[in-house]
Amino acid sequence: MTMVQVADPLSVPENAPEHCPGTESELAGKSEACAGCENQAICASNLPKLPDPSLPLIRDRMANVKRKILVLSGKGGVGKSTFTAQLGWAFAADEQTQTGIMDVDICGPSIPTILGIASEQVHSSSSGWSPVYVQDNLGVMSVGFMLPSARDAVMWRGPKKNGLISQFLKDVDWGDLDYLVIDTPPGTSDEHLSVVQFLKESGIDGAVLITTPQEVALQDVRREIDFCRKVGIRVLGLVENMSGFVCPSCRTESQIFKPSTGGGKKLAADMGVELLGCVPLDPRIGKSADYGVSFLDEYPESPASIAYLNIIDRIKRILGD
Amino acid sequence: MASLDTPVSRRLQSVKNIIIVLSGKGGVGKSSVSTQLALNLYQSSPSARVGILDVDLTGPSIPRMLGLDGHGVHQSSDGWVPVYADGAQARLACMSVGFLLKNKGDAVVWRGPKKNGMIRQFLSDVRWGELDYLVIDTPPGTSDEHLSLLEHMAPVHSRLSSVIVTTPQAVALIDAMKCLSFTRAVNLPVLGLIENMSGYVCPCCGEISNVFSTGGGEAMAQREGLNFLGSLPVDTDLVSLLDASDAMEDPEDEGKSAAEKATESFELLRRYSATSSARLFEKIVGRVTTSLAEVAVG
Repeated sequence: MTMVQVADPLSVPENAPEHCPGTESELAGKSEACAGCENQAICASNLPKLPDPSLPLIRDRMANVKRKILVLSGKGGVGKSTFTAQLGWAFAADEQTQTGIMDVDICGPSIPTILGIASEQVHSSSSGWSPVYVQDNLGVMSVGFMLPSARDAVMWRGPKKNGLISQFLKDVDWGDLDYLVIDTPPGTSDEHLSVVQFLKESGIDGAVLITTPQEVALQDVRREIDFCRKVGIRVLGLVENMSGFVCPSCRTESQIFKPSTGGGKKLAADMGVELLGCVPLDPRIGKSADYGVSFLDEYPESPASIAYLNIIDRIKRILGD
Repeated sequence: MASLDTPVSRRLQSVKNIIIVLSGKGGVGKSSVSTQLALNLYQSSPSARVGILDVDLTGPSIPRMLGLDGHGVHQSSDGWVPVYADGAQARLACMSVGFLLKNKGDAVVWRGPKKNGMIRQFLSDVRWGELDYLVIDTPPGTSDEHLSLLEHMAPVHSRLSSVIVTTPQAVALIDAMKCLSFTRAVNLPVLGLIENMSGYVCPCCGEISNVFSTGGGEAMAQREGLNFLGSLPVDTDLVSLLDASDAMEDPEDEGKSAAEKATESFELLRRYSATSSARLFEKIVGRVTTSLAEVAVG
């Protein structure tokens, strides 16, 4: 059996039908799949395509943001949000560095809990929605601040998620930022495409990929690297989380998630990306996340903290900061 | 539900029970629970016929876990032929987008409508045949895939039920709660909750570490009036088995011919049965089937 012809993912509008050939394709507006699509007339007309009206607004807002970094993983539960939070805290450790964290995991926002601001609400002012501040120079935006209760499920299909992401970029009063770190949900779907599409003009400085050592996670990272290459995002490097566990009782290190196929190290070499570092599994990391405190501040001497800090230094160096 | 006649309802007519595995958060073990659920249901009777459908379209893990990486799907006059994990016995059928990719490193970069179309095809075009159970593994969240599943299976709603998987961490429990709200909103029966990764036994000294805390799942089940199906500690044997199952080579098998190996029943299942998780999961499956019977009556 043959797979359907793959269109340039960035040229498929969010309300496109299932087999949309992509607006850049010669078949745009003319293929079988186009019948009934509300954009068919526009595609078939050969007129220059009108850009999304929110793009100039996003560009203006993002003009004040120096660095935009995506945190991606492919697989869920490998530590994206925890890493995003640590990265944000580490950047903001310098009082002069203005940092923002944007959580585009719409259905499962963990950032508010991890940063200890789960009960906060978003306020709007004449200049837009105000981020929630963890400290003076660390602002956060997440759908978690907009739900009546943490129990509520966000049962949204793609277009609605994309609409909110666009609002996060154009309507949030981020102010001048040195860094905007964007936490994503697992996978390579609407949220990822939308962020990339909306930030195409402003430019994304790069993506940090997170994995754990098992092959099931690495498989998804390969897909994520493939995604980055397809949409033209620079991969800053790979972080291997949960690599090795030190028993608190006997101090012996064991592998909970065995690198059956060589782990992050081999994957990085095979795919030509840099391995930024490996962070050992420390139960206190998860606990810190549950209680919303900074692991780096609480346990600065732990091997995991040292690994995190080395990785963050390396990211800064790669970015030239 | 009125007897709506759709390609999906016609295809799923011969499926007795459909169990959707949900979690909210990613990486809590949905796919490993789905796999174990399928293996245990398979073992529950020598004639049990089980299907496992992976609708995690952008991160399919089921082929790897069942040792079926690299298999392809064949088209027959009666639809797509699933890949059988137990070979010639053909009692454990599996379908995943992973079987449709040319290269396993290829990203499936699809927005909602395309995912919706693929799910519809999986439900209407796969030649499952008679099944006692169809286990459906889902991606994290409560979005397109989940809504599409429920929508397309509306005509067979009376045969649907779900299992929620969580880890004991607060961040996972919050998402599990969202997931439970989802099941209530769409009127999907919940057979119960499984707490995964609850504790890790140090292989050196036997000390139990609560890597991701412990007990939160059971507390949530109690609070929300759900069946607590059981907790599963981190089992490194299971992690390794499901992670590297295609590399399985039993040294004792060296002398045997390929044909002999092929007739041997289901190596993955034999190895799985030897893990400590299998013993725990047997009890979980017992509770799942009891729960299923209650749902059917109630």
